[in-house]
Amino acid sequence: MEVAKLTGVTRVYKIGEVETRALNGVSLTINDGEFTSLVGPSGSGKTTLLQLIGCLDKPSAGKVFIAGKETSSLNRNQRADLRKGTIGFVFQFFALIPTLTAYENVEMPLLLNGKSSAQRKERVMDLLNAVGMTGRAHHRPDQLSGGQQQRVAVARALAAAPKLILADEPTANLDTENGEQVMELMKRLNKETRTTFVFATHDPRVIRYASRVVTLEDGAIVKDANG
Amino acid sequence: MANYFKMAYRNLGRHRRRTFLSALALALGTALLMFIAAFFQGEMRSSMETTLRLNTGHIQVQDADYDPDKLSVAWEYLLENPEQAAAQIEALDAVQVATPRLLASGIVSAGDESVGVQIMGVVPDSAANDPYRNLVAGNFITADDREGIVIGAPLAKSLGLNAGDSLNLLINTSEGGVDQQQFIVRGIFTTGTTAYDKGIVFLPLSKAQAFSGATNHASLIFVLLKDREQAEDVKAALHGEGIKVETWTEMNELLTLVNDFSDAYLAIINLIILSITATVIVNTLLMSVFERTREIGILSAIGMKGRQVVALFLAEAFLLALAGVAAGSLMGWACSAYFGKVGIYFGDLGMSSDMLLNDRIFTILPLDSALNLIVTAFVITIAASLYPARIASRMEPVEALHKAQ
Repeated sequence: MEVAKLTGVTRVYKIGEVETRALNGVSLTINDGEFTSLVGPSGSGKTTLLQLIGCLDKPSAGKVFIAGKETSSLNRNQRADLRKGTIGFVFQFFALIPTLTAYENVEMPLLLNGKSSAQRKERVMDLLNAVGMTGRAHHRPDQLSGGQQQRVAVARALAAAPKLILADEPTANLDTENGEQVMELMKRLNKETRTTFVFATHDPRVIRYASRVVTLEDGAIVKDANG
Repeated sequence: MANYFKMAYRNLGRHRRRTFLSALALALGTALLMFIAAFFQGEMRSSMETTLRLNTGHIQVQDADYDPDKLSVAWEYLLENPEQAAAQIEALDAVQVATPRLLASGIVSAGDESVGVQIMGVVPDSAANDPYRNLVAGNFITADDREGIVIGAPLAKSLGLNAGDSLNLLINTSEGGVDQQQFIVRGIFTTGTTAYDKGIVFLPLSKAQAFSGATNHASLIFVLLKDREQAEDVKAALHGEGIKVETWTEMNELLTLVNDFSDAYLAIINLIILSITATVIVNTLLMSVFERTREIGILSAIGMKGRQVVALFLAEAFLLALAGVAAGSLMGWACSAYFGKVGIYFGDLGMSSDMLLNDRIFTILPLDSALNLIVTAFVITIAASLYPARIASRMEPVEALHKAQ
């Protein structure tokens, strides 16, 4: 089953008179349960592709379907609605809200989805347990290491039980050990929950975890292979 | 909702000094608003009450040809048998007191000093004279006193007079001449309005009539009502040939005009203060928005809608306003209460008799004015925060995340 589908997607950024074509006619289908890696050198369009799949941005041309729904005509609020129930994000920088504890950060998507207090509590504790952060539930981000923060970010991405999790360079700011822990965690959760993961990276040590590797160069897919 | 306030509270706690200074600006603005409102209220009430109490009363009955600026005691400008008319007026339900008064011009001399004064002949027992019974020395005159005079404290000071001392009083008579007589200072009064006290002396009405030649006549009947708003009704009830009846609004056109415009002056001052305060709040929240671009991007990415981002920043503004306005209200109330008791001394402001002011202004902060200002300060703070909140809510997540990186 298709979780995300892109057909002939182009994204052009215009800064002043200069146009930059970040993606050029990309078509891609992501299926349910995949653990897909987007690879390629810097500037190849990995992050742009993730942002379009994640409905954080709109294509200049082409169409993006998420769970069968065409998204390029959706307004800001409709895209936010789609994201909160369907898509989870893990960012390269440790994107936790600094004033909230690990527990509260994981709870945030559930709050936005209108879950009850009891439902939230059960789900957050399950997720923190799954990422091995139960003991740090009430610590704020500045009291956690980079690896711990990224594990909390993974738990938050999973909180609303989305169909798809998008991770942009999730290990880029982690040392090898922590990077591998985060990748193993995502791989395990992919297997256990059947959640689809798409992550962008150019780190060869991370690519080996992928079940499918999509290679981009100059805004186009040049290779799409099973891992 | 509770979660918005929890986040807002913690966000404000990130930069405690900045939050404190913003709340302080709001507090000082609110306190200043309340104090200025209390000062204006006190000033206007003092001016109105002092002018009515000392100068015009609520109603005056005069001869149709009487000119209050000339202080003439010629019979053709005066009321005949004024006691009888005053008694009839006082019998009306709405009237608190009605008393005849004779006004003449004169010169007081003591030693080498001479001062021009207004001489007022009064019925000493009348309650209308209560403002003059606040004596710093001696006693008030009695009806049968033929040599006694009461003078104001500033006049006594300028002439070097004490109770029991003698002075020479020269008066313009009803026949156009002058007469003079030695009087003994029975008492020295203070009304708290130097501009008034330094220019007036009191004699018993019968003595003033005899001294000026205005026998059995008075310049006016001074009327105080139980409720001054009934002045027009009472005026309608008073009519007679050859007389004119004037209400306090007709006699104090300048004062009523100033009073009517005071709300507009106050509104302009309030607008200026609130604009400054609102600018501080907008600045604080704008800084907060730009510092938290990444967070706004993250929250948008995980599904927070624009209106929820607005709510988050409004919650911060609400808490800031709550702390600032509450502290400011307390400061404003405390200042107003303190100066409402001890007053603010301005001394002799040299106001004209059209508009008298007490030397000391006592602030007055009515509850409805205070509540009005509190609500206004609060609403303007929240309204001001809408601008930065809207900026935050309109950030595209991809741009917010890009800027943050």
